Amino acid sequence: MSDPSTNISHLELGDRNETFLDSNELVINMGPQHPATHGVLRVILKLDGEKVLGTECVIGYLHRGVEKIAENRTYAMFNPYVDRMDYVAAVSNGLGYCEAVERLLNVQAPPRANYIRVILTELNRLASHMLWLGTHALDIGAITPLFYTFRDREEILKIFEKYCGARLTTHAFRIGGCLYETYDGFEKDVTNFLDFVTPKIDEYEELLTTNRIWVERTKNVGKISGKECIALGVTGPVLRASGVRWDVRKAQPYAAYSDFDFEIPIGQNGDTYDRYLVRMAEMRQSLHIIRQAVGKIPEGPIMAKVPKVIKPPVGEIYHSIEAPKGELGYFIVSDGSTQPYRLRVRPPSFVNLQALDMMVRGQLVADVVAVIGTLDIVLGEVDR
Amino acid sequence: MLDYVTSYLRSNTTPGQAGNLLWAFIYIILIFLGLSVAVIAMNWLERKILAHMQVRLGPMRVGPHGLLQPIADAIKLLIKEDIMPAEADKSVFWIAPVLIVITAFTTFIVVPFGPTHAVTDMNIGVLFMLGVSSLSVLGVVMAGWASNSHYPLIGALRSSAQMVSYEIAMGLAVVAAVLMTSLHGIGLYGVAHGAVGDGTLSMIDIVKAQQDQHAWFIFKFFPLGLIAFFIFAVAMIAETNRAPFDLPEAESELTAGFHTEYSGFRWSLFFLAEYSAMIAVSAIAVTLWLGGWLRPFPTWLTGETWDLVFSLFPAATFLLLALIAIVGTLRMPKHPYFRVQTLGLAGFAAVLALIGILLLLPPVRDRIQDIYWFSLKVAGFMYLYIWYRGTFPRYRFDQLMRVG
Amino acid sequence: MVATLKRQFGSGITEASTYLGQNYMVVDRSLIPEILQVLRDQEQFDYCVDITAVHYLAREKPFDVIWILYSFPRNERIRVKTLISDGEALPSSVPIWPTTNWLEREVYDMFGIAFEGHPDLKRILLPEGWKGHPLRKDYGIIQQDNEWVRANLGIESGQ
Repeated sequence: MSDPSTNISHLELGDRNETFLDSNELVINMGPQHPATHGVLRVILKLDGEKVLGTECVIGYLHRGVEKIAENRTYAMFNPYVDRMDYVAAVSNGLGYCEAVERLLNVQAPPRANYIRVILTELNRLASHMLWLGTHALDIGAITPLFYTFRDREEILKIFEKYCGARLTTHAFRIGGCLYETYDGFEKDVTNFLDFVTPKIDEYEELLTTNRIWVERTKNVGKISGKECIALGVTGPVLRASGVRWDVRKAQPYAAYSDFDFEIPIGQNGDTYDRYLVRMAEMRQSLHIIRQAVGKIPEGPIMAKVPKVIKPPVGEIYHSIEAPKGELGYFIVSDGSTQPYRLRVRPPSFVNLQALDMMVRGQLVADVVAVIGTLDIVLGEVDR
Repeated sequence: MLDYVTSYLRSNTTPGQAGNLLWAFIYIILIFLGLSVAVIAMNWLERKILAHMQVRLGPMRVGPHGLLQPIADAIKLLIKEDIMPAEADKSVFWIAPVLIVITAFTTFIVVPFGPTHAVTDMNIGVLFMLGVSSLSVLGVVMAGWASNSHYPLIGALRSSAQMVSYEIAMGLAVVAAVLMTSLHGIGLYGVAHGAVGDGTLSMIDIVKAQQDQHAWFIFKFFPLGLIAFFIFAVAMIAETNRAPFDLPEAESELTAGFHTEYSGFRWSLFFLAEYSAMIAVSAIAVTLWLGGWLRPFPTWLTGETWDLVFSLFPAATFLLLALIAIVGTLRMPKHPYFRVQTLGLAGFAAVLALIGILLLLPPVRDRIQDIYWFSLKVAGFMYLYIWYRGTFPRYRFDQLMRVG
Repeated sequence: MVATLKRQFGSGITEASTYLGQNYMVVDRSLIPEILQVLRDQEQFDYCVDITAVHYLAREKPFDVIWILYSFPRNERIRVKTLISDGEALPSSVPIWPTTNWLEREVYDMFGIAFEGHPDLKRILLPEGWKGHPLRKDYGIIQQDNEWVRANLGIESGQ
C-alpha cells in the first residue's frame, strides 16, 4: 500500500535522510489493525517526543459503495442495507431512511407505529451508548466495565430479537410504518428491562465517574469549544458536551418525540469527561422516554396506506434524525421511478472524525486513543 | 555424612550462615520449585479471579475448572517458533530475558519464610533485594534495544523510566521501616521501657524486631506506619509494571511494550520474571510491614491454647480448599463427557485433603507455621494485585511519572 | 429572506421555492462563493450540514452540487443548488465552514468535481491511485479499477 510518508502532504516531513533518532519529530502510524481504533481506521501521527503535532486520518477501508448500490435497488429493497452502515445502532439508521422516504411519498406513519418506533429507537440509543462506554473504558485501561455493559446490552438485543428476529442488523421498520406488531408481553419485557437497567447505570457511574484515575485521564483531554464544534459541523453528544443545547429531536421533532417530555443534557467544558457525563445522562433520558412511551402506546394500524410499488414523485428531500452518534441525514433525489436516483447519507461519524485533528493537537499520544473513543465513531458509517 | 545432614535440622540459623552447603542447595531447589508452582498458580488465579470480577467464568475447559490451563499455556509457549527480528542484535536479544529472570530469582536468596528458612541471611538483606531488582531495568532496556524497532524501544524507555522513578519512593518507604527496627524493645504504644537497640537491614532481624516490639510495623505510630506501607504498596505496583501503571505494556496503546518482538519461550521468561518480581516485592512488603512469618497477635494471644488454635490454620486452609473442590466435583454435570474432568477434580480434592491431614500431624504442624503465615500474606498481596488490575483504568505516562 | 437575497443577487438566483416543507434555492455558478458567504454572515447559516452532488448524464450541465445549510439561531434549513458542467471547478467553501474539508474531498472522490482553494484535495474513501469516479452515472455498478487491483492486491479481479 502507499508509503505513509507520501500521504502526509500537510504534515511537512523534514529531511528524509534523518533517522528518527536525529530529529525530535517522529511520524508514527496507528495502523488499520489496532485494538483501539474501533474498526479499520488509520491515523498517522506526527509527534514531538510524546506530544502530538498533527494527525491525518486515512479512511475508506470499509467503503462498500452503499450510495451507488442504492441507485440500483428499489426503495424497499434498500432498507436492509441501511442497517449495515452504523451497525452498532442499526435501528436509527432504519428510522431515518423510512422517514425520509415517507416524507417523499407524503405519507405519515400512524401513531401506533410512531410509538413503537420511538421505543425501539431509544432502546437502540441505550445499546449504542452501552457499547460506547465499554469500549471507551477499555481504551483507557479499565477492563471490567466492558463486560458489565455488554451483559446488559444483551437484554436489549433479546428484546430486538423477540420483536423482529435479529439482534444487530434489525431491519425493524418498513416504509410507511412497522411490519411487525408488538409481540405478546412486549410492554412487560420493556418495563422489566427498565427496572433492571436503572441500577446498572448507577453502577457504571459509581465505577468511573469519581474514580480519580478516570478523571485524570479524561479531564481537559480533547477539548473543543461550542463555536469550533459548529464550525466543524460536529453534532451529537460531542456538540452538547461543549455547551450547545441542540438535539434534532427537539429542534425538528420527528416520529412522536413531541409527545414526550425529556431534557437535553449539556456539558460545559467540552472535554472527554463532559462527553462521558453527557452520554450517561442521555442514557437516563432514554429510559425516561421509554417509560413514558410504553405506558401509553395508542391502538390502531401500524402501517400507513403505501402503494405496493413505491414510486415517489420527482423531487428531493433531506431528512435527518438524532442518531446516537449525531445528526444522521438522508438526502434522496427521486426521478419518479422505483429506484432512488441519488441517495446520499450524511454520516455523523464522518464529520465528527474531522474534528480529531483539532482535538488532539498539543496532547499526548495516549490521549489520541481516548479521543477517538470519545468521538464514538463507527467505521461502517464513516466509510459507508 | 548423615551427621552433616541431620545436624542442620537442629540448628537455628539459615544454611548460608551455618555454612551448610547441602541444605543451602536444597533450599534453593525448593525455592525454584515453589516459585514455579506459585507462578503457575498465579496464572490460573489471575484469569479466574479477573473473570469472576467481570461476570464471566474464565477458563473452564482445559482441566476441571481450568486447572490445567496454565500447563496448557506453558506447553504452547514452549513449542512455539522462536522468532527473532532480522535486524535484531542477536546476543543482546538473547541475554535480555535471561538477565531479567536471573535478577528476579536472585532476590529470593534472602527472602525469609521463617527464622531459619531462608537460603541465607545477609545483614544487608533489604538493600540486596532492592539493588538486585533494580538490575532488571537493565534487562528491560536491553530487550527494547535489541528488538531494533522503535515501538519496543519507546516502550522499554518508558518502562525503565517508570521503574527507576518509583524505586526512589520504594527506597524511602523502606528507610522508614528500617528506622523503626532501631526502636528495639519499645512496647506496643511507643512507651520506652528498655534499651534502644541497633537498626538492621537484615530481613530476618527486621521480623524479629517486629516480634520484639510486639507490633507489626504497619501499626506502629499509627497512622505513620500505614502511610509508609501504602507508599510502598503503590510503588511496588509501579515497579513491576502492573495495572494501573501498565501503560508500557498495554495492548491498546501505541507503543506495545518492550517484549513485543519476543515469542514463545523467551516471552515466557519475561512472564516468569514479572510474576517472580511481583512475589519478591510482596515478600519485602510482608517482611517489612506485615510481620513476616509471625502469626497474627504473636504476643497478645499467647499461651498453649492460642498456639494450638493458630497452628491448626494451615491444615484448616487445605481442608477447606479440599471441601470446595469436593463441592465442585459434586456439582459437575453428569454427562459422560465430563467423566474425566470429574475424576480429575475428585483426585485434586483428595490430594488437597491429604495435605490437610498431613498438616495436622504435630511435628509437621510446628514447622509449617512460619512458612504458612508468610505465604498467606504474600498470597493476599497477589489477590490485591489482581483486584487492582480488574478495577482501575490505566494512568497516562506523564500522570504516572507525576504520581511517582 | 429570499427577497433580500434576490435584491442582492438579482438574476443569479434562478429559482427559490419550497418542496414538501423544505426550502431550496437554485443559483448560478458565478454566484457561488459570495452567496454562501452572505448566507453564513448575514443570514446566520452557521452550520454546513452536507455537500453533495448529483449526476444527470443527459443534461447540458450534468452536475448538480448541493449545499445543505442549517441555522442555529433560526432553526431553519436551506438547500443551495448549482449546476456545473463536466470539468468545471468550484471554489472551495473551506474558508467559510471548516467542516466542508472532508465533505468536498468526498464529492471530488466520487464525482470528480474539483474544488479550487481546498487545502488538501485528494481521494478520501477510495485508495490513492484509483482511476474513475464511481458515483457518476457512466460508472457501472460492478465496475472497478482493475489495474489498481492487480497492481496493489496481487489478484486478478476479486469479482
